[in-house]
Amino acid sequence: MVSVQNVTKTYKRGNEVISVLKDISLNIGQGEYLALMGPSGSGKSTLLNLIAGLDRADAGSIEVDGIDIAMLSESELARWRAANVGFIFQFYNLIPVLTAYENVELPLILTSLSGRERKEHVYTALKAVNMEDRLRHYPSQLSGGQQQRVAIARAIVTDPAILVADEPTGDLDRVSAEIVLELMDRLNKDMGKTIIMVTHDPWAGNRAHNMKHLDKGVLSNDDQDSHS
Amino acid sequence: MMIKILIRNAFRHKLRSVLTIAGIAIAVLAYGLLHTVIDAWYAGVAASSANRLVTRNSISLVFRLPLSYREKIRSADGVKIVSYGNWFGGYYKDEKDFFANFAVEPVSYLKLYPEYKISENETTSFLKNRKGCLVGKKLADRFGWAVGDSITLVGTIYPGKWEFVLSAVYEGKHKNVDETMFFFHWDYFNETMKKVRPFSADNVGFYIIGIDRPENAAGIAEAIDAMFKNSLAETLTETEKAFQLGFVAMSEAILKAVQLVSFVIIVIILIVVANTMVMSVRERTAEYAIFKTIGFSGGYIATLIIGESMMITLIGGILGISATYPAAIAFSNAVGTYFPVFNITGKTIFMDAVVIIIVGLSAGILPAWRAMSVRISEGLRKIG
Repeated sequence: MVSVQNVTKTYKRGNEVISVLKDISLNIGQGEYLALMGPSGSGKSTLLNLIAGLDRADAGSIEVDGIDIAMLSESELARWRAANVGFIFQFYNLIPVLTAYENVELPLILTSLSGRERKEHVYTALKAVNMEDRLRHYPSQLSGGQQQRVAIARAIVTDPAILVADEPTGDLDRVSAEIVLELMDRLNKDMGKTIIMVTHDPWAGNRAHNMKHLDKGVLSNDDQDSHS
Repeated sequence: MMIKILIRNAFRHKLRSVLTIAGIAIAVLAYGLLHTVIDAWYAGVAASSANRLVTRNSISLVFRLPLSYREKIRSADGVKIVSYGNWFGGYYKDEKDFFANFAVEPVSYLKLYPEYKISENETTSFLKNRKGCLVGKKLADRFGWAVGDSITLVGTIYPGKWEFVLSAVYEGKHKNVDETMFFFHWDYFNETMKKVRPFSADNVGFYIIGIDRPENAAGIAEAIDAMFKNSLAETLTETEKAFQLGFVAMSEAILKAVQLVSFVIIVIILIVVANTMVMSVRERTAEYAIFKTIGFSGGYIATLIIGESMMITLIGGILGISATYPAAIAFSNAVGTYFPVFNITGKTIFMDAVVIIIVGLSAGILPAWRAMSVRISEGLRKIG
């Protein structure tokens, strides 16, 4: 599903060049639930951004479903993301001026679906996260856990093959975090979504099928099956 | 959905938006008023007819021309009608109650100015009564005069109290006709001059000449001036428009200053809107990164930002234009007859609209470009 080969990424800070990812290679199978773990600054979010097509690698290749995303132009990459990747962020990142319904509908604007079809998709997605009774609420009227569930509905409304989650429970209390993680379990098991989750919380990481550790831009070899 | 986001974004910070809109409205109002002031200055020029020439003493308007020139001027090729008059310079009751007043030869003058709308009865009454006067409607309204009233003007150039009877009131056939003028019979003026100041009698301040075709104006003017070359009172003949522009030119420095101020106002509006948009976009950098993450193009984000800028500017602009009308009436009342014609023209509204559109677009372009060029990963880092 996802093949990352010899990827490197550096950032410039003034005259200083900071190496964030060093020769990373990684394969993620279809339907896999992978946790990328590591301390702050280890490069896990950078790797997630590269896989999701939010940033570009300096060297190496990233193929998703046989498509080398480094070869896509900016507009092609935007279309590819819209069709193939759902995003879940630590701080939910809902648009504050839109209701829960409208936030979930947002990615569907880019599709050719009719108004009625869009409505059906939005209701289905919100129902999947048990938020169908909060359609007209604005993000500021929802708790953190509820906002994250709406964000998950927005991520799945276009039915993407891959879900990328960057610290999805990082801003939630234990109860809300558990609800979100259960939801992600269901998306993986029942809907077959490939999930790549970045977290530094071992409790969240243990929910994934596999864990990989990054430290100082290097993928360590102590990969493990968290369920084994 | 885009319109929904655009509207909600525009009013996300209500106080900021309201203050920005108020700033734009006041600036557009000021811009519109200043333009109307400039138009008012040129009102006389705008009301000029291409079929009329003005002949005056070539030295200065202060010097007069003999009445005997009338027949010679009438004999020039292309001249259809000749009228004449004197600037009287009187005031009513108090010196501050000043307005333009002229002694004119009434029959020819009214033929030359068909844009004055007067009833047939009042025209006849004015022409018959040597002490009769003709006044513009705005002037009559200002002093509460009605036909039949006795009016006394105090002369400044020609001293004494001059008695008149209001015989007729004119209205302009179109908006740029000055309705604050006062005309009376030149014969009445001249007879009085013969008694009190004989050396001033039988002299006129200017001739107004009606010509056959506007394209002949230059040739006719040249021919008239040639007739009086090397005489004691040489003439200067020019189109009515050029004559009026001569007066405007005296105030050119003030007009230039007014134009400069109106330009400064545009810059101020631009800065006000651009500042609001820059602040808004900076606050929403992360949101625009989310839009991009989801798959929206830079063009969509630019449309959101420029659309918001346009919406704020349009609302402010429409309020400003709407407020310009009552403000112009209040301004016109406050300055009295200083600006006899003070109308908001279609051109002023068009210029307002052009400024609003230019400001709306320009203020949104830089923030839109910045939002488009921010990398998604950088934008997302601004969250939390």
